[in-house]
Amino acid sequence: MAQRIEIDPVTRIEGHAKITIQLDDSGNVTDAHFHVTEFRGFERFCEGRPLWEMAGITARICGICPVSHLLASAKAGDAILAVDIPPAADQLRRLMNLGQIVQSHALSFFHLSAPDFLLGMDSPPATRNVFGLMASDPDLARAGIRLRQFGQEIIECLGGKKIHPAWAVPGGVRSALPEACRQKIKSKLPEARATTLTALSLFKKLIKQFKAEAQIFGNFPSLFMGLVGPDGSWEHYGGNLRFVDSGGNVIADQIPAARYREYIGEASEAQSYLKSPYYRPLGYPEGIYRVGPLARLNICSQIGTPLADLELSHFRECGNGSVTSSFFYHYARLIEILAAVEKIEAMIDNPELGSEWLRADAGINKLEGVGVSEAPRGTLLHHYQVDANGMVQKVNLIIATGQNNLAMNRTVAQIARHYVHGSKIQEGMLNRVEAGIRAFDPCLSCSTHAYGKMPLAIALIGPRGELVDTASTPV
Amino acid sequence: MAAKTLTIDGKMVGAHEDQTILEAARDAGIKIPTLCHLEGLSDLGACRLCLVEVKGSNRLQPACAIKVAEGMEVQTHSERLQKYRRMILELLFAERNHVCAVCVSNGHCELQNLAIELGMDHVRFDYRFSGFDVDITHNRYGLDHNRCILCTRCVRVCNEVEGAHTWDVAGRGADARVITDLKQPWGEADSCTACGKCVMACPTGALFYKGSTVAEMERDRTRLEFIVTAREKKQWIV
Ligand code: SF4
Ligand code: SF4
Ligand code: FES
Repeated sequence: MAQRIEIDPVTRIEGHAKITIQLDDSGNVTDAHFHVTEFRGFERFCEGRPLWEMAGITARICGICPVSHLLASAKAGDAILAVDIPPAADQLRRLMNLGQIVQSHALSFFHLSAPDFLLGMDSPPATRNVFGLMASDPDLARAGIRLRQFGQEIIECLGGKKIHPAWAVPGGVRSALPEACRQKIKSKLPEARATTLTALSLFKKLIKQFKAEAQIFGNFPSLFMGLVGPDGSWEHYGGNLRFVDSGGNVIADQIPAARYREYIGEASEAQSYLKSPYYRPLGYPEGIYRVGPLARLNICSQIGTPLADLELSHFRECGNGSVTSSFFYHYARLIEILAAVEKIEAMIDNPELGSEWLRADAGINKLEGVGVSEAPRGTLLHHYQVDANGMVQKVNLIIATGQNNLAMNRTVAQIARHYVHGSKIQEGMLNRVEAGIRAFDPCLSCSTHAYGKMPLAIALIGPRGELVDTASTPV
Repeated sequence: MAAKTLTIDGKMVGAHEDQTILEAARDAGIKIPTLCHLEGLSDLGACRLCLVEVKGSNRLQPACAIKVAEGMEVQTHSERLQKYRRMILELLFAERNHVCAVCVSNGHCELQNLAIELGMDHVRFDYRFSGFDVDITHNRYGLDHNRCILCTRCVRVCNEVEGAHTWDVAGRGADARVITDLKQPWGEADSCTACGKCVMACPTGALFYKGSTVAEMERDRTRLEFIVTAREKKQWIV
């Protein structure tokens, strides 16, 4: 008798993730779905707003990664104004995105995931959080919090506030980096570097203990997508799109953002408000691809900074061609923090950062524009159509978590196969599913709920739609 | 010019007979909240935020439109007035779409500032979610009706200072809207000289420089004051 397991919200608290697991007649897991039940409708209510407000409006999509939306939006605006922004603005936008990568990855690793690694996946949820980490390894926890602050300070120095800085605008940015801020950032770089290196060596020691997780946490072949520079190097802001397969072969390269539609299709499923993008030439759902830190390290030929490149070579040993286990998102995240710190080190003395020539002035020169940036969680695309006055007519957003949707479903299914036998949800499953999803660091409000406790509800559903078993995290 | 003596909030105040209560209060260092009033323009008492209590009258009076009188006793901050002022603000917020977080004027808005100052921390009325058009047909400026509070500063500054009279108010009640010329798109309003005085005068995010992003719209009122002083007093003080 086929059955379905559903991880469902018990109490409908905001951002509660719901998961259903389908069983077949012999009680084997056939499929799993991670549902996003929040609907926000941003694409719709941007219509009829002036283009110049878009950066500020779309930055509100997410309180965790507003900078990424800001940059993608500003780039879409640049495309519509059809301008090359001043070189200083380019550098400053990059600096802000690097700060964003540091703060977001630090949050994901130290606050949300480290408790799983260091305290154990089955340690009590009440202490399996950043406070528990504080008690067991106060130095690491503190260093992690400070690393995140460092990233946030960069954003604050430029945007004026930590979240929702409407600072990047079509044509450039609104203000330069004040000298005092530049010195402050510079003085904190050594500590940021040291913390990252400590975390990396700690993680590499732990990898051995998590062999099982690395095997079942979303370990499957898929494509990977992200931005790369003209020479194929790691990118987070400029460059063009590249697709790589699980064997590490480049299958599409240097695709300008404006042509994304030729390569990316978008499927929507009834049970989720999240759209599921796929690689068009392979169709849906075969064209499953992953984005984010794991993908970016899989697609790039090098990072371009010494320490990060050294780590990249170790990272590559975790796979054959591409690194295919989603568990290694964590590893990739730490390497990216290192890359970001090194890139900030390399640019922080550039006098360009204090320039006053920051904004290109132009009217509407094109009626359509696509902007792309690498959010911490993966590639983010903003596509706008405007009228001749700059009034927004149509908006399409492709967000990182949407692109990873198919991969997250597969991850949940893979984990479930190990922890569901018959019609019972086994001990430890909820924690594993939670950790498996968290590897992707999905950008839902649930991903940071209650410091590491993800409100999850799972339901096991039989072949005729009947509820067989449920389990949920305590809220 | 005769001088009058009155008391405002218990304080003895001297004023010229042609001064309004608002002017007399301001000269005496007493601040009365206003929205439609703008220095240098005529007053018409549209917003009712400056309402005060005058002893001997049951009706509340707009301080910007009432002249001082001998022996007048004025209260500017009674409980009752505070309550009404907050209610007026709530009604203004409920009437159209004030989503400060994504507004060009966020942080530099007179309506928002007043809401903070007068402690309007929530709105008890149902929002109307106006959904009006935004006009960005002008090549330099934009108008978002959703943020307009119908103070008519734009109408008055354009008429009284610039002399173009591009703006007017059309419609009644909830349908009232500021219009340019005969209600054509601003970009097609021939009378508009593109001087920008209306944008300088607007208290909210309704009128803005095109290209402004969220929280970027700061208004330079000193230019307006300069023009008004130059015109009225023949003094060119920069
Ligand atoms: S006009 Fe003022 S009150 Fe209205 S949304 Fe803008 S900032 Fe807020
Ligand atoms: S557009 Fe501005 S100045 Fe004109 S009436 Fe509306 S709020 Fe007042
Ligand atoms: S300021 Fe007096 S009614 Fe508006």
